[in-house]
Amino acid sequence: METPANIETAPEVEPVQQRKVTFWTSLHRNKIAMLAFWFLIVLHVIVFIGPLVWSYTPTEMTTTGPLANWSWAHPFGTDDLGRDVFARMLHGGRITLLVGLAAMLFSLLIGTIIGACAGFFGKVVESILMRVTEAMMAIPNFFFVLVALTVLGTSPMMVIIVIACSGWMEVARVVYGETLKWKEYEFVEAANAAGAKPLRILIKYIIPQVLPSIIVSGTLMIAWAILTESAISYLGLGIQPPTPTWGNMLQNAQQYLWTAPVLGILPGAAITLIVLAYNFLGDGLRDALDPKFVKK
Amino acid sequence: MLRFILNRLGQSVVLMLIVTMITFFLINLAPGGPTGAMRMEASPEERQAIIERLGLDQPVIVRYGQWLGDALQGDLGTSFNSSEPVIKRIFDRLPYTIELTVFTVIFSVTIGIIIGVISAIKRGRAQDHFINFSSVIGLSVPSFWLGLMFILLFSVELKWLPASGVGPRGEAFDLVTYLKHIIMPVIILSMTILPNIVRFTRSSMLEVISQNYIRTIRAKGAKEFIVLYIHALRNALIPVITVIGVLIPRLLSGAVITETIFGWTGIGSLIIEAANSRDYPLVMGITVVITLVVVLSNLVVDLVYSKVDPRVKNLA
Repeated sequence: METPANIETAPEVEPVQQRKVTFWTSLHRNKIAMLAFWFLIVLHVIVFIGPLVWSYTPTEMTTTGPLANWSWAHPFGTDDLGRDVFARMLHGGRITLLVGLAAMLFSLLIGTIIGACAGFFGKVVESILMRVTEAMMAIPNFFFVLVALTVLGTSPMMVIIVIACSGWMEVARVVYGETLKWKEYEFVEAANAAGAKPLRILIKYIIPQVLPSIIVSGTLMIAWAILTESAISYLGLGIQPPTPTWGNMLQNAQQYLWTAPVLGILPGAAITLIVLAYNFLGDGLRDALDPKFVKK
Repeated sequence: MLRFILNRLGQSVVLMLIVTMITFFLINLAPGGPTGAMRMEASPEERQAIIERLGLDQPVIVRYGQWLGDALQGDLGTSFNSSEPVIKRIFDRLPYTIELTVFTVIFSVTIGIIIGVISAIKRGRAQDHFINFSSVIGLSVPSFWLGLMFILLFSVELKWLPASGVGPRGEAFDLVTYLKHIIMPVIILSMTILPNIVRFTRSSMLEVISQNYIRTIRAKGAKEFIVLYIHALRNALIPVITVIGVLIPRLLSGAVITETIFGWTGIGSLIIEAANSRDYPLVMGITVVITLVVVLSNLVVDLVYSKVDPRVKNLA
């Protein structure tokens, strides 16, 4: 009598193909998410192509002199050392975005491996990995980043690694939950019965199902990584001048608020807009992928 | 109940050990190590003498044991820069941080719950959309930049509020000046936790409103005000207790940034000073104190929660 009961209660499997279609239509319906998406595309193009076109470099001291107002030659004026602020915004944005992107990818990698292994293999692996994850979550991660960067140095590579190592836990939990769910489905059982090795089942059958959740986490993770990097650089413990990032450009801006407020306004406004766009896009993606939403 | 408390207490102790171990090893195994940063001009002999005096030639695990033994007796070592005990430097600055965070929690919980309830009651209407939109903005604005913009507006342009400092203390204390100094730091620090409290209160309230007992009360003809604020809100606030526990680490991270912007002399700005001058014992000490605060506040939140909602005990 066990088999018929199983068939009745077995959850409906939504094939990946069908989910894709509903996903795109519902994402297109979300105007804020689409706006955020196109804004991000445009901004990335400007930041990555811009420095190739713009004639000033971010570290060269121009002949205009320090703290100049805007002009055609310097659309955002010059900073306290007479450097072109527009060039610094472009280069700084490039580094801020690259650090955010790389930290996100790296922490998705760690989180996915840990979460998927814990969920798939269960038993001892599960309890060790998930206890480590919980312990890491209880550590105030901003202080972890702060201490680690103080000790290990502040090269961009180190900043990426440290931020990634402090932020993978949320991804691990999401992937863990999803893996637990998907490994109960018949297609996994079928693959198992057909003699596929555990690693193959995990990579070929389970990870693709978990991918949507990973993408949502990744989008929100970039926002978080950019905010963390900026905060750390603002405090003077992140990427060091003369290399510009939007965060460390604000470091000196406080002294010049009385004379050149634009130095303080621009980098922060850029960070806010980009983080906002990633958050809206992430929320939009999550709504679009939510099964409750898809059914409608 | 006793078993639950012991269980949670045990977890907290293990967590403290893990955090102190990670921090200690990180600081001691780093290239250059703790001696590298001390007195660059020291000759190799002098450096050797320092190493022997501080016992740095011992294996790191032995040193961790010694450090732990001292720490349990309240000795967190001596600050490299001021030669004062680390614990004294921390306790000199801690009251300022407590002051700032307590005011911030009171402010953001009060405002957050009010806004969250409004958002839930007006679900799907303009007010709700506006509040949701503002919450996302609140989560996206870097607090250090918002702080700068506040200074630009209220100190530079309008000249209403002082840009930094903790205001006169002791004999010269004056309430108006004090409030002028603390208002901007409290608002900026609130921005790190307020959006989460709003979102959480909203979803908790929505869940409670949809329950049967609320329908029963409405069917009995109770006024909407009484239904919402007497019957629904009381139950909706229970889960909000937990979110406050979760937000304590965020609050303390926010305090580091806020204190640095506004020249507020708490332990948040102290850890930045310590980090910039490579004062490792001080960095280590502050990290320990902050982790202790986080662990203890989580413990308190769990205990309060299990008292308010007895179902939790059985889960643990």
